[in-house]
Amino acid sequence: MKIDDFLKQDTEWLKGTGPMSHIVISSRVRVARNIEKLPFSQRADKYRLEEILTAVTDAAASVPLLKNSLSVRLKDVGDVDRLFLVERHLMSPEHAKDVEYKSLIVEPKEIISIMVNEEDHLRIQVLQSGFNLRETWHILDELDNELARRLPFAYSPKWGYLTACPTNTGTGLRGSVMLHLPALVFTGQIEKVLQATGKLGLNIRGLYGEGSEATGNFFQVSNLVSLGRTEDEVIDNIERIIGQIVAREEMTRKNILSRSKEALVDRVWRAYGTMKNAHIITSNETIALLSAIRLGVDLGIVKNLDRRTINELFLITQPAHLQKIEGKALTSNERDIKRADLIRTKLK
Amino acid sequence: MTCDICGKNEATVHITEIVNDQVTKLHLCEQCAREKNAEMEEHFGLSDLLSGLADLGASIESKGASQIKCPNCGLTYQDFRKDGRLGCSECYETFKKEIAPLLKRIHGSDRHIGKVPLKTGGKTVKETKSIQEFKMKLDKAIQAEDFEEAAHLRDKIKEMEAKAKEDRERAGGSGK
Repeated sequence: MKIDDFLKQDTEWLKGTGPMSHIVISSRVRVARNIEKLPFSQRADKYRLEEILTAVTDAAASVPLLKNSLSVRLKDVGDVDRLFLVERHLMSPEHAKDVEYKSLIVEPKEIISIMVNEEDHLRIQVLQSGFNLRETWHILDELDNELARRLPFAYSPKWGYLTACPTNTGTGLRGSVMLHLPALVFTGQIEKVLQATGKLGLNIRGLYGEGSEATGNFFQVSNLVSLGRTEDEVIDNIERIIGQIVAREEMTRKNILSRSKEALVDRVWRAYGTMKNAHIITSNETIALLSAIRLGVDLGIVKNLDRRTINELFLITQPAHLQKIEGKALTSNERDIKRADLIRTKLK
Repeated sequence: MTCDICGKNEATVHITEIVNDQVTKLHLCEQCAREKNAEMEEHFGLSDLLSGLADLGASIESKGASQIKCPNCGLTYQDFRKDGRLGCSECYETFKKEIAPLLKRIHGSDRHIGKVPLKTGGKTVKETKSIQEFKMKLDKAIQAEDFEEAAHLRDKIKEMEAKAKEDRERAGGSGK
């Protein structure tokens, strides 16, 4: 498997399938693991870092779930390719920095990925389309067991898995769900949802654009606490709360449709019109317009497009994907033109 | 009302300080408040904002903690407070007095009840702990001469131990 092979396939979360995929884009669970006694990655010298890389790579090579995986040292990967992997949610933006002793393992369907020498020795991630947190956790659990047979993970009976940052100690687990909540944003209810969610031990943040500004009405909800609860309890807690948010978004969509359908239809088709005709378009504008069109598709207003195409447009219009498709480096202005070209072709 | 510090100017700033559970109210003039504020800021500066996490434990860490050094990786508690990251798994043992209350503040608990790495038998801590809890209850019941309750607890413990053994064997069997 090579990085370029990914460009030819749909990454898992693009598929637009799975439960509640009209609102839930994807479900992701990750665990932080470290090899006992070895210094955590940030404090390890180059010999230890190499030792960690070799140990994890060797262990992963014999795990059936990781058969035919891509396994790369990030120092051997160019800047655009690194950003490409971040855009596909296969690794964190932090992992793309200071790459000398870092590596990434990606299973061929892009459902599983393992970051080696990020903040912890291993960050094992499983990502699935739609609202599938429980199944996602089961895959991760099995993979974690396979790796635990091959690597001695740092663990204390009292405090669980030991991690570089105390916020991950215990289960080392972070479950997160990516949501599209346009109706809650339009009607101004999102503030209440954000506040309530925060009070329930979950973190909610905008997906595109760091901080509180959420471009395109996409949000990521994840757990904060990793100690004192079982993995199942953590997953269950997120599932229940997400279930509530999804129900609220659905109800609000129905309300908007019955009360101000014309305004909504107008908004959707204007977005569609802009996308179909623009010759220069920024990444942020694309995300905002795609959000409106996606809502149109979900509500049956736009019938000639499917969710998969919309999701694909989200991904391939991002900077590194555009450059991979063009096969060369592009300036920001050039990208805005190429992006518009690509969108017009896809929406023809 | 005049300023509590200089006793001259009109107090326009009112501060409530809590030091070691002692509540002090201060009424200050603008100039004295500014000086007091600088003093507070200097004090606050000790705990670098970057160390937001380690800082949580600042009020509870034991004296001399900053001198302790992890024998495995050489991290000092000072280092930990600086960037909120531990150096290795052994640091948890080295700094356990400081870390236990910190974990409790972050997670609301300092007890792992989740997954156990497979090599240790696949039995969860929760199971082990609840058996221990029942044994403690049994002791209490015997002391209180509540033999009906004791008999019930004894049966329950037997049942739990048998189940744990079964799980262990199953986990061990698939562990090969």
